[in-house]
Amino acid sequence: MGTAGHALSGAARSGALLRAAPALTSVLFLGPIGAGLAGTALPAFGWLPAIGGEALSLAPWRALLDAPGFAASLRVTLTTGFAATLLSLGLVVLFCAACHDRALFRRAQAVLAPMLATPHAALAIGFAFLAAPSGMLARLLSPWATGWTRPPDLATVNDAAGISLVAGLLLKEVPYLLLVTLAALNQVRAPALMRAARTLGYGPVTGWLKAVFPVVYPQIRLPVYAVLAFSLSVVDVAIVLGPGTPPPLAVLAVRWFLDRDLALWFPASAAALLLAAIVAASIAAWHVGERLAARLGRRWIASGRRGGGGGAAASLAAGAISLVVALSLASLAVLALWSFAGPWRFPDAMPRAFTTTTWDAHAGALAAPFRATVAIGALSTLAALALALLCLEAEARFGLTPGARALWLLYTPLLLPQVAFLFGLQVMLVRGGLDGTLAAVIWAHLMFVLPYVFLTLADPWRAMDPRLARNAAALGAGPWRTFLAVKLPVMLRPILVAAAVGFAVSAGQYLPTLFAGAGRVATLTTEAVTLSGGSDRRVVGAYALVQALLPLAVYAAAIAAPPIIWRNRRGLAVA
Amino acid sequence: MSGLVLRAARIALGERALVGPLDLAVPHGEVVTLMGPSGSGKSSLLAWICGTLDPAFRAEGVVAVDGEDVTALAAHRRRIGILFQDDLLFPHLSVGGNLAFGLPPSVRGQDRRARIEAALADAELEGFAGRDPATLSGGQRARIALMRTLLAEPRALLLDEPFGRLDVGLRERMRRFVFDRARRLGLPVLMVTHDPEDAASAGGAVLHLLAGGAVRRAEPDGEVADALPA
Repeated sequence: MGTAGHALSGAARSGALLRAAPALTSVLFLGPIGAGLAGTALPAFGWLPAIGGEALSLAPWRALLDAPGFAASLRVTLTTGFAATLLSLGLVVLFCAACHDRALFRRAQAVLAPMLATPHAALAIGFAFLAAPSGMLARLLSPWATGWTRPPDLATVNDAAGISLVAGLLLKEVPYLLLVTLAALNQVRAPALMRAARTLGYGPVTGWLKAVFPVVYPQIRLPVYAVLAFSLSVVDVAIVLGPGTPPPLAVLAVRWFLDRDLALWFPASAAALLLAAIVAASIAAWHVGERLAARLGRRWIASGRRGGGGGAAASLAAGAISLVVALSLASLAVLALWSFAGPWRFPDAMPRAFTTTTWDAHAGALAAPFRATVAIGALSTLAALALALLCLEAEARFGLTPGARALWLLYTPLLLPQVAFLFGLQVMLVRGGLDGTLAAVIWAHLMFVLPYVFLTLADPWRAMDPRLARNAAALGAGPWRTFLAVKLPVMLRPILVAAAVGFAVSAGQYLPTLFAGAGRVATLTTEAVTLSGGSDRRVVGAYALVQALLPLAVYAAAIAAPPIIWRNRRGLAVA
Repeated sequence: MSGLVLRAARIALGERALVGPLDLAVPHGEVVTLMGPSGSGKSSLLAWICGTLDPAFRAEGVVAVDGEDVTALAAHRRRIGILFQDDLLFPHLSVGGNLAFGLPPSVRGQDRRARIEAALADAELEGFAGRDPATLSGGQRARIALMRTLLAEPRALLLDEPFGRLDVGLRERMRRFVFDRARRLGLPVLMVTHDPEDAASAGGAVLHLLAGGAVRRAEPDGEVADALPA
């Protein structure tokens, strides 16, 4: 009787724990954001007693507005943010509309998924190596086409208008939005809608835009907002490719936060808070734009115009997407090339000789950030997986149905500028004596890893055949045994993919590592971005290449493992 | 030759012959029914006729409408309408928006609204233009789907088991609704189904698709000639 009572209360305890999982998860990853925002908002109005700010005032805002080049900072932030979002969404929509019935459309997913694992910073550095005045493109064209025998005096990267920044952002945002759209297309019976439109006389492009896009867009709305927020507030890509004087607002804030003069923390906080307001207002403006576009779109649909065969649009879209893919691959290739380059003078297209000198010299220095990247990535991914799985299990067991609000909560860290809450978080960590520890960095990464892990895992998990669990219960298995012995093994593939995505997200984090690590925790990303300002392309190339290849290797392992583990289980084979 | 004509039509999936060889003429105002078990390739034949057949299939032969060979035309240029078992109303458009989607762009302004109102009246759904299609009953949705197809001014109409999803009590009403309007417009109609009552209600010629792709005309007493291999 006693043991039975114990078992019962044990089960009740674990059930209660599970029931609390969603709330616990929200606190763990939204708590720091709220605290961080507050910790940034107070210094923005002069309040930070630790460095002598003991009265509320508007002085930080005056300092921000009076900073030289503030207006240009603001302008370039808005233009690059909106340009990158509009262009990447436009390109993705055009590609889907024009190429949905082509064979290459079905292959796109396999090509794009690994591209997404590549960190922003590595791609940006590679792209800079391509596009810089002394970069690969100029070398390939010189001197025979351009006549240049020395690098031209042109701002092809770090240009004041931010064109190269937008291009660098596109390399990453286009694959992201395209993958999200492809996933959404699987949920809306797109082929059936398309069949109806085609047999009513609609051309493929017009038919897709009128019959499928309006149904798909609501499903990709939050990812589009995330792209907009990211493009407006990106720091690492902007350091590598963006204008330097004046820089975009996010970079300006980070520069001030990292300055030796602590008094600059006040205007830096004001800039970070302003950026948060800009992002919120931009999302609101985008939403209004959606309404207008929908109204115009409904009129266009009601007109009954059928559109043509769309051959030109298809060529254009396929060409543009191919260009993005080719530039990404070339960016990675040029990193490798530089890391093995011997003497390499402009305008030679190839180094005089290849050597492992760079690698030999920096292998030792690379080891520490490599280990830190792996440890932080693995632990934050494991934590995120555990929380996501517990939330999904709680959802299934207690019949919880997360609504739209839960989805918005999940997207919160992706819709807020990182710089707006990371400084406040650092202040909080300092107070708790946690700043600069590995645990703090892992916690900061968790905020960004968890949404991606959860979103990747949720759809396949919710689509799992419910009869499996019911059958297990009928065979006498308790809920935890069902979870461990039935659900987890069946879901191995999506779990590993989610883990690979989580690891890639962690490996790419720049700002959270910098702030939570108090500059004392070095990862491949922080090292590569820091070095990118220097002049030795061989060293930068080596760091950026390792940074790019590590998440790719993890992704490849995640894809390769299930077929090996399940080699005798045809029911779990890839469809 | 007028109406819908198929010549030497043949459809295969890999090594498996699904349909054909098939020669068929559907004159204006008549309904030809093609019967066969599910998975036999009936729907693939219709998909091929309207130009939406998945490239995984191999198809040969000629589709002609009113003497014009449309085999090489893209789906949207053929002007062959089709109704599916699913009504496939667009969920983002109102009932009126769905009808406007079908109406050719050459009909403008006041005419456009009048044609949509007339279609709603014909479907006995006056005043439904602003409604969300999701709030309609199955029968109402099916009638709107037919109206949308007819507003696109097709030269032939294909029916892909269009009554299978309806309640049994509704089916006969919907059959009469569809066949009456197709006959009034003089459309050649090709219907595939596995429900003998659909064929009986259509009243036209009945063909049976056999395993291996052969097609046989049903005898008046309903027996299928050559239905079994000799």
